This record gives sequence, C-alpha cells and structure tokens, in this order.
Amino acid sequence: MRFIKPDINIEFIGRKKIAFFLSIVCIAISVLSLIIHKGPRLGVDFAGGTLVQIKFASTVRIDDIKSGLGTIGLGKSSVQQFGQQTDNEFLIRTEISYEGGEGFTTDIKNALESSTEGEVEIRRVEMVGPQVGEDLRKKALFAMFYALLFITIYISGRFELKWMLSGVVAAALIGAVYIFNLFSVSIPFLIGAALIVTLIIFWFLELKYAMGAIVALIHDVIITVGIFSILDKEFALPIIAALLTIIGYSLNDTIIVFDRIRENLRKYHKKPLAFIINRSINETLGRTILTSMTTLVVVVTLFILGGGIIHDFAFALIIGIVVGTYSSIFVASPILLAWQNHAKK
Amino acid sequence: MKKFSWKLILVFAVIVAAVIHVLPTFEPGLWPHKQINLGLDLQGGMHLVLEVDTAKAVEGQVERIAQEIRDQLRKERLRKVSLNRIDGNKISATIQDPQILEKFNALLKADFDFLKRSPRTESGASIIILEIPAAEAENTKRLAVDQALETIRNRIDQFGVAEPDIRRQGEKRILIQLPGIKDPDRAKDLIGRTALLEFKLVDDTQDVNTAVKGNVPAGREVLYRVDEDPDTGNITKVPFLLKKRTLLTGANLTNARVDFDQFNIPHVSINFDKKGARDFERITGDNVNKRLAIVLDDTVASAPVIQEKIAGGQARITGDFTLDEAKDLAIVLRAGALPAPVNILEERTVGPSLGADSIRKGLLSMLIGGILVVLFMVVYYKGAGVIADVALILNIILIAGGLAAAGATLTLPGIAGIILTIGMAVDANVIIFERIREELTLGRTVRAAVDAGFKRATLTILDANVTTLIAAIVLFQFGTGPIKGFAVTLSLGVIASLFTALVLSRLVFDYILGSRKVKTLSI
Repeated sequence: MRFIKPDINIEFIGRKKIAFFLSIVCIAISVLSLIIHKGPRLGVDFAGGTLVQIKFASTVRIDDIKSGLGTIGLGKSSVQQFGQQTDNEFLIRTEISYEGGEGFTTDIKNALESSTEGEVEIRRVEMVGPQVGEDLRKKALFAMFYALLFITIYISGRFELKWMLSGVVAAALIGAVYIFNLFSVSIPFLIGAALIVTLIIFWFLELKYAMGAIVALIHDVIITVGIFSILDKEFALPIIAALLTIIGYSLNDTIIVFDRIRENLRKYHKKPLAFIINRSINETLGRTILTSMTTLVVVVTLFILGGGIIHDFAFALIIGIVVGTYSSIFVASPILLAWQNHAKK
Repeated sequence: MKKFSWKLILVFAVIVAAVIHVLPTFEPGLWPHKQINLGLDLQGGMHLVLEVDTAKAVEGQVERIAQEIRDQLRKERLRKVSLNRIDGNKISATIQDPQILEKFNALLKADFDFLKRSPRTESGASIIILEIPAAEAENTKRLAVDQALETIRNRIDQFGVAEPDIRRQGEKRILIQLPGIKDPDRAKDLIGRTALLEFKLVDDTQDVNTAVKGNVPAGREVLYRVDEDPDTGNITKVPFLLKKRTLLTGANLTNARVDFDQFNIPHVSINFDKKGARDFERITGDNVNKRLAIVLDDTVASAPVIQEKIAGGQARITGDFTLDEAKDLAIVLRAGALPAPVNILEERTVGPSLGADSIRKGLLSMLIGGILVVLFMVVYYKGAGVIADVALILNIILIAGGLAAAGATLTLPGIAGIILTIGMAVDANVIIFERIREELTLGRTVRAAVDAGFKRATLTILDANVTTLIAAIVLFQFGTGPIKGFAVTLSLGVIASLFTALVLSRLVFDYILGSRKVKTLSI
C-alpha cells in the first residue's frame, strides 16, 4: 500500500512565496497575540498561586461554587469546568499562595459542601509560592535556551560536516551569552539575543543548512506559542516539556529532506538547485508525511483519551508536529534556495 | 551467518535483561528486583517544598545569648545595663555609669569574647552593639536546616508514612514526598508546626487588659489562648500577661504520650529529663499558688495554678484537643521543636482516586494508540510492518526494563512519553522501509535494496534521534517531578528505538534473507 506514489512531483519550491507569506502572517498573528495578551498566560507553575481540582458527587452550579469560595475570601478565584460535563469536576484557580497556611483545603471543602449541599472530593492541589514560581520560570527558560544551544551546535556540525566550525559557533555563542549576562539582562532577551547571534554567525560562516533548520525551528516554536496565546491557554510546566520535544522532533523531517538534498547535489550536480531541492522534497515526501502521521496518531489518541491533566500537553504536541512537518517542506528548504540566489547576486 | 551472530547474542542479552527487570512489577516477589516506581501523580500523595526561616534561627540564638548575658549580669550584681535585641540579630547594651561599663566590658571579655563588639557614645551614654560573627551565623543557619530536616524526618516516621522521601534541596529548602497520604492537611500541620514548648509564669499582679491595649510592662508579653466552642465553632481568644522569661522548654523532654483523664478526655503527658525534672521541681516549688502557662508556638495551651512543688519530672498538657490533635502533639513533642519556623513554598497533592484515573486513562491511550500504529504498519508495509511491530512491542518492554533498572519514576507525563515514543519508534522503520522501497523501484535485488536501505537510512535516523535526545536530556536537567519522568521515558524510548530499528530489525531482515534465496520482499 502506498499513499505517495514514487514518481510524485509536486511543485513545492515554485509556491515558496505563498508559503513564506503564510508563515509570516502566522508569525505576525502569534507575535501580535502575545503583545495583546502581554506575553504568554502563565499557569500556577510559573505565576504562583493555587490550583484546586474538585469533584462533586452530583451536578452543581458554578455560581454555588463561587459563592462558597466567597465565604472564605476566595471570591476572586476563577472556576472552570474540567473534563467532561458529566464528571462534575472543576478547577479552582487563585493567585493566593498560602505559605504555611494550615487547613486550606479543609476550608475549601467545608465551604463548598455547605454552599452546594453536595459531597466534595479534593482531587488535586497545586500550590506554588511566588518564589518557586520565579525559580520555575527561570528554569523553563534556561531549558529552552540550552536545548536550542546544543541543537544549534549539533546541526551546525552535522549538516555542514564541519565540526571545527561548530566549535567556533559554540564558542562565539557562549561568549555572546557571557557578555550579555554581564549586563544581567532578562532571560527571554538572552534567548532572543542568542538566536540573533546564532543567525549572524551562520550567515557569516555560510552554514546554510544549519540556518534553514534553525529558522524552521524558531518558526515552529513561535507559532505553537502563538496558538496557545490566541486560544488563551495556560503555560504550565508540561507545555515547556512539549515545546522542547517539538524543538527536538520537528528537526527530524528537516534532517530527512536535507540529507536527501545533499545526496542529490552529488547525483545531479548539473541541474539547478531549485530542481534538486524540489526533487528531494518529493522523494522524501512519503516518509516525511508517514513519520509525522504515526506520531500524530498516538498524540491525538492521547489528546482524546488521556484525560484533562495531559490535554494541553497533547495539544501542544499536535500543533508542533503539524507545524514542524509544514516547516520542513516550506520553510527550511526554501531558505536554502533563497540563500543560493542571494549568493549569486 | 557467523558474521552477525554477536548481534544475535547482544539482542537476546538485552531482551532477557529487560524482561528480568520488568517482571517483578507485574509479579511482585518473583525475584528480588525493584518494581517500577510510580510518581506521586499516579499513586496519589503529597509533594512539599519547605523553606526554613534561617534568619529566625539566628535571632533565636541571639535572644539566648542576650538571656545568658542578663543572667550573668544578675549573678555579678551589675545593674543599670539595659540590653535589647535590635535589627533582629544584634544586641545593644546601653550603660550610663563608666564604672559599670568597665565591669561589663570585663564580663564580655571573659565569657562572651566571640561576640563582635562595636562601642560608641550617644548623649553621654555608652552603647555597645554586640553581634555574632558572620561565620558563626552561617553555621547556625546550616545547623538549623540540618536539624529541621532531622526533626521532620522523625515526625513523619512516627506519623507512619510508607516510603517517605525527605531531602535537602539547595541551601535552606527541604523537599518532602509522601506517597499515598490520606489526610494531607493533618500531615502538613504536623510537618509545618514549630512545636516550641515553653513554660512561663503568668503575671497576675498587673492588669492584663491594660496590657492588651498596648501598654505592656517591661519584661512582659501578652499571649492568647484560643478556645473553640465545640457546638458553634466560634473562636474566642483569652489574653494572658506572661513574664517573658522562659523557665523551661520542650528541649528537656524525654517522652510525650497521649493519656486520658477520668472523663476520657485526651491530654498529653510529658516526662522531663534529669535537668528538666530538677528545674521543674524548683520552678513549681518557688511559685506555689501562681499560675504556670504552658505555651506552644506562642499560643497558651493552658495556665494551671501550681498547687504544690511537683517532683518526679512529670507534667501534663491539657487543652481543647481532639484525639488526633493530642496524638499529633505528642509526636511533635517527642520529635522535638523545629529550630526555626518553616514556610511551605510549594505543594502538590494528588488524591488516590485521581491517580488511579490517570493510570487508567494513560494506559488506555497507550493501548489504543499502540494498536492503531501496529495496524497501520501491517496494512501499509505488510510483512515488513510485522517486523516493525515486533520491534515496537520490544521497544516498550525495553523502556519498562530501563525504568525498572534505573530505579526511575513513572509519572503521567512519563506515560505520555512512552505513547509519544510508540509513534516515534516506528519512524525509524518507516525511513528504512521507504528507502528499501525506493531501492527496489530502482530495480535492485532484494538483498541489495535492504542493505542499501539500512546503510543509507542509518545516519539520517541517528541524526533525527540525537536532536530529540538532546531536548530530552536538557529537559531532564531542568525539569522537576513529573516532567523529569517524561524526559526519562522519552530518552529511554529514543535509545530503545535506535536499538530496535538499527539492530533488531536488521537482524530479522538478515535472518529472512540469509535463510533462503528471496526473490520478493513483503514491503
């Protein structure tokens, strides 16, 4: 059985302008949404606060829950249905973190049982103090930063087969980060600066494959974060795990296509680059789509059956895999070509 | 055939090792190997991060030193030295008379030479600021965290939690994991209370009500007893005017246990050690007919009138206790007071029913996702798909074996990692099979196509997996709790899928192709 015929020949490179336009629009919307929402919406893990998951034995009205919370001074908390409607489960979120406070959950249980006249089960409590929230935020950003750094070093070495150069890239990058660190700038800025330095280094050292891969990577992460922002979903620790997985996984397809391009460059060295790239994408189209599809199948299963706690995590992976597949065809490879055209001028 | 027999041995060795590690999880006690640990999010339990307020420990130490100086002054009959603790951790001594100043300095030099002294004069009076050296303060802080860790461990041991994990985290934080805890609020209360037991005299010679209004006499303090009406739940606070000086503390206890009076109301009986018993006898003997307040964490538990001198080193703490409260009080008194208060910085509690739900949903997703992928591979690649499916199933066994062997913890994100691996593990096979198909289309023989397929795909597969592995390792370094579980299963999954795709699948292909002349390949 075959979905993709071996002699398939779709014009991808010819449509690169449409693809670029689409990508830029997506990124612009993502960035715009982030600006409007004043950055990603941080969950309890990063912003600090308390999250309580409760389950009622019978159906209750959200207003009764809210009035019950009001009696113990938690009237400002957000209350949200969790999972299926028939589960009678709710998430209560408050910015208050009760450092050292005793009997907090018992208070909630008692208040809700008297206001809703139903039996309450406290299923989960997550309290993160502001200090720990800040620590976790830092850790998450550093994790993103180091993942990007190491992957950059790896692909600049592997794609170009110049490990010496990759060492230079690493040294330059670490040096740049060190200098920025002297000015004690914030970590998001540090990541941004490191990425720009990376791209500049790639530009000057003419590491075009690495450049394509990194641009595609940034593209995937921005759009995933953007979609989360547009849907007003919360950033919690598992989402960072999902983003890192996307960083690692979305390169897979790019690597497959790039390897084939290099192989075909030797095979058809008389042909123009646009032809070789297009042919390479077509030749590897089958495995690009199949590998993404098998992974997508399991992640969608997880999204549907995995339950509320893992829902957003699975959702982030779905977006990441879809966008990552798109970018390896429509972003990473065309950048190679754009580079070539630029070099000729 | 001989050429790849070492691979065969390797594959068998790996499979056998994995199975040996996995089996005890499903059949406990089969042989002495560890089971796969379940994270708190799967088995239910409480995760706490506490911070020891070490500054308070230093303040306490400074307060004790000030008390010692006062005692010494009394012994030497030096009056008119006013000692106060300022800025939390300094003592200021104000002296008007130069003669006394000289004697005071001599006293400091003789007994308190370790204190840093900075003298100055202010409107005729000499002021000496006393400070404990920074190194000493650091030491106190470190000891406070050590001691808090030990005390909390004792309390939890006596409370009875199976396999608690209590460890120091960073400079002054303590990480506590209590699997399967049923009453998180009670456990939190038990862990978090300072449990500083003090005996202080009640000052009945002065009016407590003027003191409550803010006019507290020197050397006195107002503390409250909290009474809860058992019927209405209303809380009333009764003020007591106490002499600030602590006569005896819980540090001199040898035992504390729950007892009942004739009305079957619980109280806590305590036994003093030798010194405590002696002190208690003297205190009660000197203060007959006065009230002795039993103060627990700055709250008055009770303040009975001393009827007579009490010898024998026994006392009882009565109060408004439920049986559980009395039990917990006995535990914390036995385990000792925390050297400084602790704050809860982070709490994550998962009820056992939610944990069971998560396991059920996680396994269901894994099963359904797995079946879908297995079916897809067979339909799409036929015979070769079966090889990929065998590799996939083995892959999961290897991950489980790896988890058990490494003593790692399986969490809900960890299950998600395994599910993700199921999808990614077949990727390697897809890349190889597509390459083989391509080579076959070019008209190569089956043998050549398979060889070329593996040869050409190997590097691509390695690259693709290395990037995922990098992300997983970084995540492991920075992740906490459940996320670490994800990083572990993802890393194991990536390594296992490299092994199954590049070594195991290859071996099966070689076996099929080597045994007979194969003209066509089911792919």
